[in-house]
Amino acid sequence: MPKANVTFEKLGITISVPAGTRLIEISEKVGASITYGCREGECGSCIMKISSGMENMSERSVLEDKVLQENMAGRSDRLACQAQVLGGDITVKA
Amino acid sequence: MKRVPDAVEIAPGTHWIGALDPGLREFDIILKTANGTTYNSYCVRGTNGVAVIDTVKASHAEEFFARLEQVARYDEISTIVLNHLEPDHSGALPELMRRAPQAKLYISAKAQLMLKALVKSDDLQFNIVKTGDSIDLGGRTLRFFSTPFLHWPDTQCTLIEEQNILFSGDVFGCHFCDGRLFNDQVGDFRFSFEYYYQHIMRPFREHVLEALELLEPLPLQLIAPAHGPILREAPLSYMQRYRQLASPLLHNEVGAHNKSLLVFYISSYGNTARMAQAVVEGAESIQGVRVSLYDLQAGGDLPFVDLIEEADGLAFGSPTINGDAVKPVWDLLSSLAMIKVSDKLGAAFGSYGWSGEAINMIEDRLRGLKLRVPIKGVRARLIPTEEELENCRDLGKQLAQHLTGKIEKRVISMSELLAQEPTHA
Repeated sequence: MPKANVTFEKLGITISVPAGTRLIEISEKVGASITYGCREGECGSCIMKISSGMENMSERSVLEDKVLQENMAGRSDRLACQAQVLGGDITVKA
Repeated sequence: MKRVPDAVEIAPGTHWIGALDPGLREFDIILKTANGTTYNSYCVRGTNGVAVIDTVKASHAEEFFARLEQVARYDEISTIVLNHLEPDHSGALPELMRRAPQAKLYISAKAQLMLKALVKSDDLQFNIVKTGDSIDLGGRTLRFFSTPFLHWPDTQCTLIEEQNILFSGDVFGCHFCDGRLFNDQVGDFRFSFEYYYQHIMRPFREHVLEALELLEPLPLQLIAPAHGPILREAPLSYMQRYRQLASPLLHNEVGAHNKSLLVFYISSYGNTARMAQAVVEGAESIQGVRVSLYDLQAGGDLPFVDLIEEADGLAFGSPTINGDAVKPVWDLLSSLAMIKVSDKLGAAFGSYGWSGEAINMIEDRLRGLKLRVPIKGVRARLIPTEEELENCRDLGKQLAQHLTGKIEKRVISMSELLAQEPTHA
């Protein structure tokens, strides 16, 4: 199964995960935080900044794009409950 | 005390048309309101149009419309501005839009979702405004300032440029109902002002400071908040008070180059206390961290909340009694809604007799508060062994290394990470 390496900058930890994993699942397991938001891509409470490797993430869905825009998020922001890692290296600010 | 039967002119062409709620004793479940509250709404008249700034709680709509009708006809209303969409300010909005269908609605970008949830209409028209945008009412220019998270994502302030009157929304407001309306005429409301800041604005301290940067340069003549007295006497002093409240009171000896780690513990037989001491020893072995130790048995929650607000890392030590962490720990961990704790570093440790669930439960709570909890907590059965105390020292050391950016970088697979998860008894 293809793997991706997700680095949490502030924690100084890199996790090797199966492709298709959502960022929120990794961030919870690694101790970055638990997000008690809607987890359905609506509330915007799990916005996470991607430092590098955006090309290794799933495309934004129409819903994610809409919620990010409503929250005035930048190009490097993603909803952790929606964004999946596809492969390669990804670094997040968490 | 004189009641306010009519709309009240607060400046030439601008009227207060809000509602009084003197009997309210509790607001949104969490706030005590010994003096009730007001829902302040304002009407601004220009030569080309009339604007209504904010509305009132639905239960007080009648009072609001009666006052509005005294100063404007519905067909004159060209503009509706909502600085904040919580129901106590937007309750009368659907009816106002029905009565003045030609009026254009102006809200912040983040207010859209709330608006759609409040006004159930397929044909909802509105305009998004941000800092720098303005509307010309003819001799009265409304200028907008984006001041998000004070105390909801949608909040903004609106200025009448020609008169330097700021409609501030909840900022600079308070729950204090007095029909005399103006701060130089009402009863002493200072405690309400402070209480409101502490409970509503304090968790958003960083956003308060950002908003002050935007608002302090304005030569304001009057601040018209959405709750409580209208600040016409020394309005800037209320802004200065916000600046004071949002800044640390005392000089903190921990400079920008140092980090602060607080270790809280409570102990029935001295075992968790020994572990706390070891966490402190470990943390102190790393340069650049000020480590403080507190016994929760002797302290109330409030001074600790103040300390936590400014700390970078927090460690909690609790024994496990009847399968749970003990009440003083939960009391403190449920008192943090007043401050921002997300992104701080957290950890747990403790002694136990049988099962030791307290550590995992505290860790879960810390993660739920959006702290980072990267280091597995330390548990010791009853009296900690030298090895377990060493584990506590290592916990303290790792916390300090995390805080100072000296932590060794690790690479781990998801399956290893899952295997590390503590098993719950």
